[in-house]
Amino acid sequence: MAVLVLLVHEAGRIKTPSRAAVAAAASLGDIHALVAGADTEAAAQAAARLPGVARVLRAEAPALAHPLAEPLAALLVSLAPGYSHILAGADAIGKNVIPRAAALLDSQPISDVCAVIDADHFVRPIYAGNALAHVHSADAIKFITIRAASFDAVAETGGSADIHPVTLPELATPAHFLRAELSNSARPELPAARVVVSGGRGIGSAANFALLDPVADLLGAAVGASRAAVDAGYIGNDSQVGQTGKIVAPELYIAVGISGAIQHLAGMKDSKVIVAINKDAEAPIFQVADFGLVADLFTTLPALAGELARSKAEQA
Amino acid sequence: MKILVPVKRVVDYNVKIRVRSDHSGVETNGVKMSMNPFDEIAVEAAIRLKEAGAAGEIIAVSAGPAAASETIRTALAMGADRGILVQSDAELQPLGVAKLLAALVRQESPDLVIMGKQAIDDDMNATGQMLAALLGWPQATFASAIAVAGPGIEVTREIDGGLETLSLPLPAVITTDLRLNEPRYASLPNIMKARKKTIDQLTPEALGVDVTPRLRTLRVEEPPRRQAGRIVGSVDELVAALRDEAKVI
Ligand SMILES: Cc1cc2nc3c(=O)[nH]c(=O)nc-3n(C[C@H](O)[C@H](O)[C@H](O)COP(=O)(O)OP(=O)(O)OC[C@H]3O[C@@H](n4cnc5c(N)ncnc54)[C@H](O)[C@@H]3O)c2cc1C
Ligand SMILES: Nc1ncnc2c1ncn2[C@@H]1O[C@H](COP(=O)(O)O)[C@@H](O)[C@H]1O
Repeated sequence: MAVLVLLVHEAGRIKTPSRAAVAAAASLGDIHALVAGADTEAAAQAAARLPGVARVLRAEAPALAHPLAEPLAALLVSLAPGYSHILAGADAIGKNVIPRAAALLDSQPISDVCAVIDADHFVRPIYAGNALAHVHSADAIKFITIRAASFDAVAETGGSADIHPVTLPELATPAHFLRAELSNSARPELPAARVVVSGGRGIGSAANFALLDPVADLLGAAVGASRAAVDAGYIGNDSQVGQTGKIVAPELYIAVGISGAIQHLAGMKDSKVIVAINKDAEAPIFQVADFGLVADLFTTLPALAGELARSKAEQA
Repeated sequence: MKILVPVKRVVDYNVKIRVRSDHSGVETNGVKMSMNPFDEIAVEAAIRLKEAGAAGEIIAVSAGPAAASETIRTALAMGADRGILVQSDAELQPLGVAKLLAALVRQESPDLVIMGKQAIDDDMNATGQMLAALLGWPQATFASAIAVAGPGIEVTREIDGGLETLSLPLPAVITTDLRLNEPRYASLPNIMKARKKTIDQLTPEALGVDVTPRLRTLRVEEPPRRQAGRIVGSVDELVAALRDEAKVI
């Protein structure tokens, strides 16, 4: 049986968590990918180029202009017969839609899957990643969100699937989109970044957060944050890393002025190399750091930018 | 407006949990239990709507063992008006809880359900979406602001690129994110008053709901431990280590 993956797209590109979900689906069956929206031409073609995708289902309707849960869940339910598994990345859209669609088909969703053992057996983190649960599902259609940091996203090109139009079932969508405030950063997005530089409460102010910029620029890094930094208004909510924020596993994670609460570690402890910069030698972040620097961040960050620039110039 | 607030009793967020040696689950015996932090935020949101004159009665609901009545009592001490305990010693999963809540909604006819986005034990982030689906209601998950607007409600949600604001007619389901508010502590007089508030008791059977778990836990494992690395003495040493040893820059 085939499996269906709901893809999230932006500006005609398929987002990284969705491409990770395609990777996770590889062992489950032929992959059909769903692209929904009000203007899906480019995104449908991008989906067709994803390696491993056998067919693209393209749903285009004005009611899909914003990825609201109600129409997307109705669409998934209308397509569900014929699929053994329906997957999405565990991003804001996947988390919003997948459980709603699952409930409509009396299926218990399996959230944030970090390993696919076989068609019925999955591994997912519980208790902020302090335990891993092996779960078995007997539901006829399994609804799954995929933890992107645990899978290597498929490339953006290499495949050539057919594109089939599908129609959105009639429904009155009571919720209305009013407006969005999106942060437009030129930096890579957190789930896709090879390097992440994150700041915590120790940074002290929104203005001081700019101290991270030169280091992030030199490393081509995304900028993340602890919850304390987000709550204090130093940086937007979409930068929060942790149990209830974004989960990242970059090659290099640099935590600056972050103590290392379990809820923060939950979002970054699978990074390949972790660096911690903190003036408190007892901070728990040092227990997971490969390299720790016990120092004041206000003197360290400029020095680090200088040394990175020097090292880069030497290597060039 | 009548508001229903589901509250879950979970292992306190400060507890460092341990996986049982037989891998059957996580040790919860003798561990401090509290209200799920997102549910505290939901209770606070409901109370603020009431204080603003937008809401009337607030009902706190919990499904779980008898001890979950303590969690309801906490919500009552914060300011909820009455409680309902759906008592069950069985393992409850989000689909089962959503069905229990849907049955209660049909009995109580609230205009709004405000609940946590995620329980910090199972980290499922599913029950609110499933309840909205079962009721055929609109949903606004991951809320960071709620405003009553005419006959409906406007909810600002945390999404991947930032924030989005939706307008929803009532009845609706809202799930809370961390930035929605800072929950109050119950004052001593309010804790005393809460003792006199009623908590009705029901069972899944009485509500006609089958809560048999759909996911079978095969085993629970410790995640791989990270080895602590080393403390470097200077920025130069750090950059050299990242370049020559770890080879990540
Ligand atoms: C339900 C729930 C969910 C949560 N989800 C998340 C989540 O997703 N992500 C998350 O991050 N947190 C989350 N938290 C919060 C978490 O528990 C911590 O409160 C938070 O991570 C602390 O942030 P912090 O490390 O920046 O702040 P603090 O713990 O205050 O640490 C600041 C650090 O900065 C250091 N410092 C200060 N000044 C300097 C200086 N000049 N130079 C160098 N170092 C300095 C200090 O030594 C300290 O270690 C959650 C909490 C709850 C209850
Ligand atoms: N047993 C329960 N009793 C009451 N509310 C619950 C229960 N389980 C889950 N909830 C609610 O559903 C939310 C999301 O939980 P979950 O889907 O398990 O992550 C929680 O924050 C609670 O508001």
